[in-house]
Amino acid sequence: MEKQDVQEISRRSFYVGAIYGLWGVIAAALGLPAVAYLFFPPKVRSENNWVEIGDVTKLTPNEPVELTFRRNRVDGWKILSEKSTAWVVKKSDNQVVAFGPQCTHLGCAYHWEETKNEFLCPCHSSMFSIDGKVVSGPAPRPLDQFETKVEGTRLLVGDLRQPEPAA
Amino acid sequence: MKRRWDRAAGWLDNRTGIQTAVRQFLYEEIPASSGWHQVFGSVAIFLFLVQAFTGALLAFNYAPTPGDAYNSLRYILTEITGGRLIRGLHHWGASMMIVVVVLHMVQVFLYGAYKKPREATWMVGVVLLLVTLAYGLTGYLLPWDNRAYWGTVVTTQIAGQAPVIGPYLTRFLGGGGAVGVVTFARFYGLHVLLLPPFTLLLIAVHVFLVRKHGVAPAPGDELLPRKKFYPHQVFMDTVAISVAFAVLFLMAVAVRVPLEQLADPTDTNYTPRPEWYFLFLFQTLKFFPGALEVVGSVVLPGLAILALILVPFLDRGKMIKVTQRTFAGAFVLLAAAGWTALTARAIATTPASAKTQIDYSGPTDWMQLSPEEMAGVAYFREENCITCHVIGNKGTKVGPDLTGAAIHRDAKWMIQHFKRPSMVRPGSSMPPIQLSDQQLNALAAFLLKLNPNNASALENAPDFAAAGALVYTTSHCGTCHMVNGVGVKLGPPLNGLSKRQSRSWVEDHFADPQKLSPGSVMPPYQFSTKDRDNLTTYLMSLPE
Repeated sequence: MEKQDVQEISRRSFYVGAIYGLWGVIAAALGLPAVAYLFFPPKVRSENNWVEIGDVTKLTPNEPVELTFRRNRVDGWKILSEKSTAWVVKKSDNQVVAFGPQCTHLGCAYHWEETKNEFLCPCHSSMFSIDGKVVSGPAPRPLDQFETKVEGTRLLVGDLRQPEPAA
Repeated sequence: MKRRWDRAAGWLDNRTGIQTAVRQFLYEEIPASSGWHQVFGSVAIFLFLVQAFTGALLAFNYAPTPGDAYNSLRYILTEITGGRLIRGLHHWGASMMIVVVVLHMVQVFLYGAYKKPREATWMVGVVLLLVTLAYGLTGYLLPWDNRAYWGTVVTTQIAGQAPVIGPYLTRFLGGGGAVGVVTFARFYGLHVLLLPPFTLLLIAVHVFLVRKHGVAPAPGDELLPRKKFYPHQVFMDTVAISVAFAVLFLMAVAVRVPLEQLADPTDTNYTPRPEWYFLFLFQTLKFFPGALEVVGSVVLPGLAILALILVPFLDRGKMIKVTQRTFAGAFVLLAAAGWTALTARAIATTPASAKTQIDYSGPTDWMQLSPEEMAGVAYFREENCITCHVIGNKGTKVGPDLTGAAIHRDAKWMIQHFKRPSMVRPGSSMPPIQLSDQQLNALAAFLLKLNPNNASALENAPDFAAAGALVYTTSHCGTCHMVNGVGVKLGPPLNGLSKRQSRSWVEDHFADPQKLSPGSVMPPYQFSTKDRDNLTTYLMSLPE
């Protein structure tokens, strides 16, 4: 092979390498921020999440009651004031538990069946005991619980959380 | 493995012809004189794709209604990871696209590449330039801040002046001359629904015509062997694209794109200015006062566009070397000088009030602070507390994180600690802070306000706000006025002042309150220019 041909081939290889390399860098410089933009969660805006939902003295032990309240929810660029409910149970030891209003299977609203002494979801018949544990049906985990605190006689709820799995 | 891959590629080519098409595209022969001067078209197409990509990303978090546009854009800028970068790429990409499209046209013009048989290629190119400008015009409104609103008010008024079609244009752009929800929807629809497919179609026709007639050869090319487009010219195009992208990326990272206050149709003090590439038109208008205005706003630009389209028919001479095209070179220089002079004049005549704008593209948590807490930011900076302390778990330093609950005791404890650190915290190596009790109180008030969520936003509060609040507290304005619920209601509350008074009114009011507010008990204040500017900007920034 003549020297000129060898030079031509190596020049061509350089061009091709540079084309692929530079386009790779451009794709990464555009693609990585795009992935972060689309998939990283947005910064959390601080909101005072404690909301008063009722008077604990009006709760009867072991008798679940659905309480309605308004709370602010950060939805993208908006803060919405929306109606929400919680199923509240005052235990025998005066501890109060507030369950989120949706079934942990597919999010339907469940209710308290007094005759059966259990929470029943009408969509797929999941049943939960008074302490939120799954009794039967397809629900994969116990009912979600609001953080709660009692100030004087005022019952306040905070964020909704999934209960810790049993050890 | 390679054989299997080749078989798959062969199958795909057999069914779709894609490989053959790509080969034909890449291995097209181009004139021997092709080179670096012909990279601008590829860069323009690349920038269009970047605009489409970043525009689509922005649309994922942007609400296209006047009620939500501004807040959703602020959400993108302040809360979404990479949001500021994506917006920066889109904003500066628009400017860069106009620069590159114009450079592309200048190159074609200088080389006479529009001559027979390439007249249609040139004319489609001129339409593409107009479409690029239309993106700039329609996109300008979408942030829905004061700048966007008032800039578009002027644009729609100009469109209404066009002879015969003016009223129809006005109606098409939202009717009635008022910029509102309908205009916004029309601009958004044009920007994201109509213009992009139209652009793609025009680019396809433009590229088809370039391929049909071939890249314009220079005189003497016919004697030289032709080259292949790939890899030599593709390499040059790629290098040019990379340089353009590197500049664009750097600008998006380093040059903050401002966001002014929410569009306020009642703001009578706002001086609208168009985007920099339209400033020359804005300045041209000033030469045609009164009834002649239509000449500057519609007739002259219209004639210029017509002349541009007709260039191939006005110059029908034979192809000559670029170095011999002195008339074309002189014309380009003259046009560039004219454009530069008009733009420079427009910038020079922009009044100061239009330049002093608060940037809302960052977090505005600082706006909720009381003047005393805000003054605390100023002391925090003056005392260089950040040298030894961390805010918001950023790195490690000698002193503790000031957002931590551990140091958030009451103000009394903190002031004692500032005065005699080692006595209050045995073993502390912090030097005592030499400030008055009132100043230490402000510093403590600010520190008690810090939490991990707002730390970075408060730490980065603008300098004018900290300095302005310092003037406010040292001048005891709070003994008569109220800001963010703190102070006394003897005088008018100062929140939302920018909605009630102009900047110049506020500045004049400091010097002689009775002149502007007869019966006012406020004493006159003779501030230094710097103090007055900072205090005024701070007060004008206070939310309603």
